[in-house]
Amino acid sequence: MLGYIDKIREISKRLLDEGRVDMIIGFRKGTIPMMNEPCFVKNSGELSTLVWDSNCGINLANYLTDRKEKIGIVAKGCDSRNIVTHIIENKIKREKLVIIGIPCKGMIDKRKVAGMFENGIDDITEEDNILRVKSRGVETSLKKSDLLQENCELCIHRNPVIYDELAGPLVEEQKDVDRYADVRRIEAMTAPEKWEYFKDLISPCIRCYACRNACPLCYCPTCFVDESRPQWCGKGQDEIDTRTFHFLRAYHCAGRCTDCGACERACPVGIKVRQFTSKLNKDCLDMFGWEAGLSPDQRPPLDTYKPADPGDFIK
Amino acid sequence: MEHMGVEPGRLSFSWISSAESTKFVEVVKDVTATVKALGPNNNFKKAAKVA
Repeated sequence: MLGYIDKIREISKRLLDEGRVDMIIGFRKGTIPMMNEPCFVKNSGELSTLVWDSNCGINLANYLTDRKEKIGIVAKGCDSRNIVTHIIENKIKREKLVIIGIPCKGMIDKRKVAGMFENGIDDITEEDNILRVKSRGVETSLKKSDLLQENCELCIHRNPVIYDELAGPLVEEQKDVDRYADVRRIEAMTAPEKWEYFKDLISPCIRCYACRNACPLCYCPTCFVDESRPQWCGKGQDEIDTRTFHFLRAYHCAGRCTDCGACERACPVGIKVRQFTSKLNKDCLDMFGWEAGLSPDQRPPLDTYKPADPGDFIK
Repeated sequence: MEHMGVEPGRLSFSWISSAESTKFVEVVKDVTATVKALGPNNNFKKAAKVA
């Protein structure tokens, strides 16, 4: 994964110099370890700020919404699927984009790593599958594959689905992944158990809306939680309001979520918000054979009607 | 919704044409009976009323 950066810079330089794009959207080093941040590079002199490692978990498709410039964007498998979703939903034009595809091997779960070092992490470097973590002068080597984000562990679309350039050879997709074990565990519960499960799950929520802001699907000019006339949902930390927010946020992602994990990564209190969307993803796959963002030529199940659509729930 | 803990039967969907008055009555009777059997909904009730 590390070797990609030279190629990303090389491609970006060419695109910018030839005037094919006005800017490149990529990642630069964050101010603290494991927190790379998105950046917009507009001239080739600044390309050295671009980085690529296993801390680029944020979904860059989020920064494309309604942009008018010509954009070069660095895209992992999940980012590319969200770009497809953006194209389908008319949020960006394909012609405006040059997609620099990244065959991805997963991003590391910053919480898992941080949880292992009580003295904090001063620096983290990586080499193939090895992470070297420096904490108070002590260096520890860890295996990256043990510390992947959950959605990356379960990912079966590591390679970008659309791209114009590639930063490296395509990687082998994971096979025989049980992606919905968590969903089935919840499905097996009784209604009151489910209610309690989600109550516990969201109890630390501070309603900061980081999950919404990190999500490339959430681009409404005014989000329902910000509306005050009418006020759909109370703005305090009342348990029911919080639950309403999470229910609705999840439903707005139905048939669109690519399980990129940006919501979970962004959550400051570590709520597994993917528990809501996973069920919808599973249902979409089971009922409509649909996985979001695989092709710009297919319409999503929620805006097409087929006579064979399941309708047993309608009386 | 049921996945997130709302009781089965609390939420119903149906497709009734404006000409299907008898079906409308049937569905309403049916839904009312199901919801009555479930009892009051204590799940989506706020502890304090917001002004």
